[in-house]
Amino acid sequence: MWRGFRDAFRRHPTAILGGVLLLVMVAAAIAAPWLWTVDPQALSPVRRLKPPSGEYWFGTDMLGRDVYSRVVYGARVSLTVGIAVAILSTVLGLALGMLTGFVRWIDAILMRVMDGLMSIPAVLLAISLMALTQASLENVIFAITLSEVPRVVRLVRSLVLSLREQPFVEAATAAGTGIARTLVRHILPNTVAPLLVQGTYIFASAMITEAILSFIGAGTPPNIPSWGNVMAEARSLFQIAGYLILFPGIFLSLTVLAVNLLGDGMRDALDPRLARRM
Amino acid sequence: MFAYFIRRLLATIPVMGVVALFVFSLLYISPGDPAAVIAGDIATAEDIARIRAKLGLDEPYMVRFGNWLWALAHGDLGVSIFTGLPVARLIGQRIEPTVALTVCTLIVTIALAVPMGVVAAWKVGTWIDRSVMGFSVLGFSIPVFVIAYLLIMLFSVQLGWLPVQGYRSINEGWWPFLSHMILPSAALGTVYMALIARITRATMLDVLSQDYIRTAQAKGLSSNQVLLGHALKNASVPIVTVIGIGIALLISGVVVTETVFAIPGIGRLTVDAILRRDYPIIQAVTLLFSGVYVLINLAVDMSYTFLDPRIRY
Repeated sequence: MWRGFRDAFRRHPTAILGGVLLLVMVAAAIAAPWLWTVDPQALSPVRRLKPPSGEYWFGTDMLGRDVYSRVVYGARVSLTVGIAVAILSTVLGLALGMLTGFVRWIDAILMRVMDGLMSIPAVLLAISLMALTQASLENVIFAITLSEVPRVVRLVRSLVLSLREQPFVEAATAAGTGIARTLVRHILPNTVAPLLVQGTYIFASAMITEAILSFIGAGTPPNIPSWGNVMAEARSLFQIAGYLILFPGIFLSLTVLAVNLLGDGMRDALDPRLARRM
Repeated sequence: MFAYFIRRLLATIPVMGVVALFVFSLLYISPGDPAAVIAGDIATAEDIARIRAKLGLDEPYMVRFGNWLWALAHGDLGVSIFTGLPVARLIGQRIEPTVALTVCTLIVTIALAVPMGVVAAWKVGTWIDRSVMGFSVLGFSIPVFVIAYLLIMLFSVQLGWLPVQGYRSINEGWWPFLSHMILPSAALGTVYMALIARITRATMLDVLSQDYIRTAQAKGLSSNQVLLGHALKNASVPIVTVIGIGIALLISGVVVTETVFAIPGIGRLTVDAILRRDYPIIQAVTLLFSGVYVLINLAVDMSYTFLDPRIRY
């Protein structure tokens, strides 16, 4: 097993690096209570704005909360949003995309709707939804998913349209296979690989969108320690307490980088012809 | 070709129709009564009811959508809940800094990213190529406001070369204007640069492996002539496409960048509107930016016929 890992690393060093980094982040998020953290919401007004030290590794914020604990717990929020949006938008996009690829009249209507949604920049789409609803983790996930779905639908639709013309699908139809069975048995398996890559990129961009939304006050509620929230609270303080921005910023960037590297690696592995170019 | 332009122009109508319907539906279900805003604090219930009837707020959904579109066509974007002022006027007051920021960013990023991609493709596999690709991956991964704060900490707080925040109109002189634009443009442009550099490199690699490039080199053209005259010209269609699509990244980034750098533009207006739950402003900005995005991509589509004379419609 160790040798297999070494070979994989030699072939795709950056992808393996990204995968390991992501695993570390996920492990930290799960094990947050046991990583020498304290309650991320515990206020301590006498210990406001302490710079990083042996006692407070990443310092304390304006309410005296321990920034290290908030950053470690913040990994839970970012990763939850990223994974949830990636899965939801992939599943929804897959279902809608298969439908548009096979039913002509749905295609005409649905693709116009998708074109419209796609022409609203993602952050603005999410802002205009979040402004109407209560700030909550579920609403953030829903708002970001809605802006990612059209891209998945487009991808699946183009895959289905080209697969539909393939001889093996024609053969299945000629043999009397029904539409539903053709979709599940012959089309679906061939969409998995491209969707996996697309899903990874959605994972990365959803984490950035969540941080942006929280940063401008349209994201997760203030009582959840997300990386965007920690940085938003430091907006007026960054000149005297730059570490409040620096630590969550570094963790967010590293996690997104890890996911992006993993996505690039998977894309290269699945399409070696493209690997040289990208 | 003229027929193609008309057809392409008409194709934007359903797209903008969906956007308008989306924005209107959100306004329709948003809490808060425009009639109460207009009536003011000392209005009676009858006053508000009369204003509601006058504004057509009692009408059914589709009639109100029609009225809203009609008002929109006359430049009426509704009334801000918080200030009671017309949204069109509020946006008009804030448009200059946003246009200045996006135009500066566009010019600088395209001027830097395209050569980066060209050189990376030309020197493929060397350290130049690797650093361009490294920059590209990092640019995709670091959120715009983190870059913004890192730039401020380095160039404004530590070195003291550039102002921390704020905006100066170009009327106050070139240097005050530019010195307030450098850091915001750099922060906003990074992800866009990463995208354009990456696509430029990928398309150039494709083009450079074609036979006519070998022919051009064989007949003794200089590498500049080959790269710019033969290769880049033929790689321009995908590059321009990505420049158009990437505008969405810029628009999303503007909201954040203006917040970090305290630039009084449309992005800042939007963030203030979020805090005050001023729905008409948020929806008007969404509509406006989506419209700009659609128009830019329309222009991009039309530019194909000039960039590549083989494209005929």
